[in-house]
Amino acid sequence: MKIAVCVKRVPDTETRIKVGADGKSIDESGVKFVLNPFDEYAVEEALKLKEQSSGEVVVVSVGSDASQETIRTALAMGADRGVLLKAETRPLDPLATAQVLAAELRQGGYDIILFGKQAIDDYSHAVGTMVAELMGLPSVSAITTLEIGDLKGTAEREVEGAVEVVEFSLPVVLTAEKGLNEPRYPALRGIMLAKKKPLEVKEVELDLGGIEVLELALPASRKEGRIVGEGAEAVPALVDALKNEAKVL
Amino acid sequence: MGDVIAILEQRNGTLKRVCNETLTAARALADELSGEVYALVIGPPGVSVDGLGEYGADRVLVCADSALELYQGTRYAQIAAALAGKHESEAVVLAATAFGKDLGPRIAAKLGCPFAGDVTSISAGDGIVVTRPAFSGKATFRLKIVAQRCVISIRPNAVTPVAVAKGGVVEQVTPGEGDVVGATTVAVKEPERMALDVAEASVVVAGGRGLKEPEHFRLIEELAAVLDGAVGASRAVVDAGWRPHSEQVGQTGKTVSPNLYIAIGLSGAIQHLAGMRTSKVIVAINRDKDAPIFKVADYGLVGDLFEIVPRLTEEVKKVRGS
Ligand SMILES: Cc1cc2nc3c(=O)[nH]c(=O)nc-3n(C[C@H](O)[C@H](O)[C@H](O)COP(=O)(O)OP(=O)(O)OC[C@H]3O[C@@H](n4cnc5c(N)ncnc54)[C@H](O)[C@@H]3O)c2cc1C
Ligand SMILES: Nc1ncnc2c1ncn2[C@@H]1O[C@H](COP(=O)(O)O)[C@@H](O)[C@H]1O
Repeated sequence: MKIAVCVKRVPDTETRIKVGADGKSIDESGVKFVLNPFDEYAVEEALKLKEQSSGEVVVVSVGSDASQETIRTALAMGADRGVLLKAETRPLDPLATAQVLAAELRQGGYDIILFGKQAIDDYSHAVGTMVAELMGLPSVSAITTLEIGDLKGTAEREVEGAVEVVEFSLPVVLTAEKGLNEPRYPALRGIMLAKKKPLEVKEVELDLGGIEVLELALPASRKEGRIVGEGAEAVPALVDALKNEAKVL
Repeated sequence: MGDVIAILEQRNGTLKRVCNETLTAARALADELSGEVYALVIGPPGVSVDGLGEYGADRVLVCADSALELYQGTRYAQIAAALAGKHESEAVVLAATAFGKDLGPRIAAKLGCPFAGDVTSISAGDGIVVTRPAFSGKATFRLKIVAQRCVISIRPNAVTPVAVAKGGVVEQVTPGEGDVVGATTVAVKEPERMALDVAEASVVVAGGRGLKEPEHFRLIEELAAVLDGAVGASRAVVDAGWRPHSEQVGQTGKTVSPNLYIAIGLSGAIQHLAGMRTSKVIVAINRDKDAPIFKVADYGLVGDLFEIVPRLTEEVKKVRGS
């Protein structure tokens, strides 16, 4: 089984966002970058599938040279080799990224292509399903369970208050939701091995697509709240405030 | 030109409540673009489309087929993209529910146009401009669409539905030939008692590790019930297996903006705040007066949740007369 996993380098979840001097992007000084948390589930699933049968897990990322580190993290978890599609642009239009990925993945002859459901920086929740549509492949997004059989499989995805069960044929594109598995931590040995694994760098043209950034701003800070009181005695005062002041009851 | 297609979500042949928000946003955008609103409903024969004119639909396109009862991503996208092409619409809008999050990008890929997901506002003056939260809600982008056409999904609860009477003329459309898809939704498993989803609810009562034991979430459920709200949870209690993942609020859970968010026995870690800080009114109940949750709360109660929450449920019952 030949499996591709697309991964993105994103600011760590602990990061406090500062707006950069251009007013359109974040100030990256002092920001720690990590493998997108949802992509960890995708990498883990790929490794599990490889362990069940055999084959190869290829990690693909679109980004600057710094994304090599992100690819190495996935290699340290156990993936076999990496491909960096090198570009300095960072489109906010997910279609631009999807087109570059689809062009690369088309040539790969993959049976399964995995994504995270969402990158926690741009928050688009789009690239995986877009790649599937561009490639004309079946796909299921935000999956929480997966079973792969002979050239076909079944996945479940959570929708509001219910679960959809989707059957598909291979090759397939899948995007991972939290709950699919428990990602492994790279072991020291894995980290050492990862340094020697092949990582190919290809220059690509990545345009900005059809979305122009006008501004990046911090959300309006919430107006100062107040402590209504202490303990159960203060409950009536809270209910009164919710009813008559905030008018939400 | 300037027309807007609003794609409406149905389940079991009934339209979801969020559809009125989608139509309201579509109506406002179409007015600015001097265009018409087409509501598109894809579903089983007999799918209900009554009253869509009341929320601003000029025309209602119904694509009904027994094979379209359950949501089929690629198939729905083919139908929507074909209609968007035929009507030369300028924007396709839908709600950023599980349905819209899956369908929106597929339609954009088929149309070869930009996609802006989970937006909290849309306006059109010199081109379409949207605001959308990024970095898990820690920052907001203002983005301009620089294309003939676009697909936009709108965060639930970001738009207040406004009734505007329009024609709402219903027209049946055929699904047309589709490519072989290779992925089929075969079933939708619904729990016996349908719980209201955190992302859709207008009131969320969320609990964290301060509840001490999974059984104590009964307190949270009871308060949510008297408020007609949904139960939310911190990641700590989801990872501990106390609550299902579908209830998790935050960076790796759901992003919610209800009218009222009550955070109980949860500290308000940065990853949790990311998922709920756009709520309209936030109440925090925590025994630690320095807990970060108080920094975003409009109203705080310091103290033991086991004393406060039952009393709160009682008092709310009284004022709501139930
Ligand atoms: C990559 C990543 C992603 C994450 N994503 C998320 C996410 O999506 N959502 C999320 O929630 N977290 C997320 N987290 C975890 C987050 O960092 C916190 O660990 C988590 O939110 C803490 O949960 P909690 O508030 O329930 O528990 P705690 O932090 O332990 O807080 C418990 C609170 O209960 C209070 N308390 C205890 N007893 C009582 C009592 N009797 N009465 C009143 N108050 C009481 C305490 O004072 C305390 O403030 C993520 C972390 C990482 C690293
Ligand atoms: N620059 C990128 N390089 C590789 N994969 C990406 C990139 N951007 C997004 N993805 C993949 O697409 C998923 C969804 O991203 P998004 O649509 O941006 O939220 C991510 O979880 C990744 O798996």
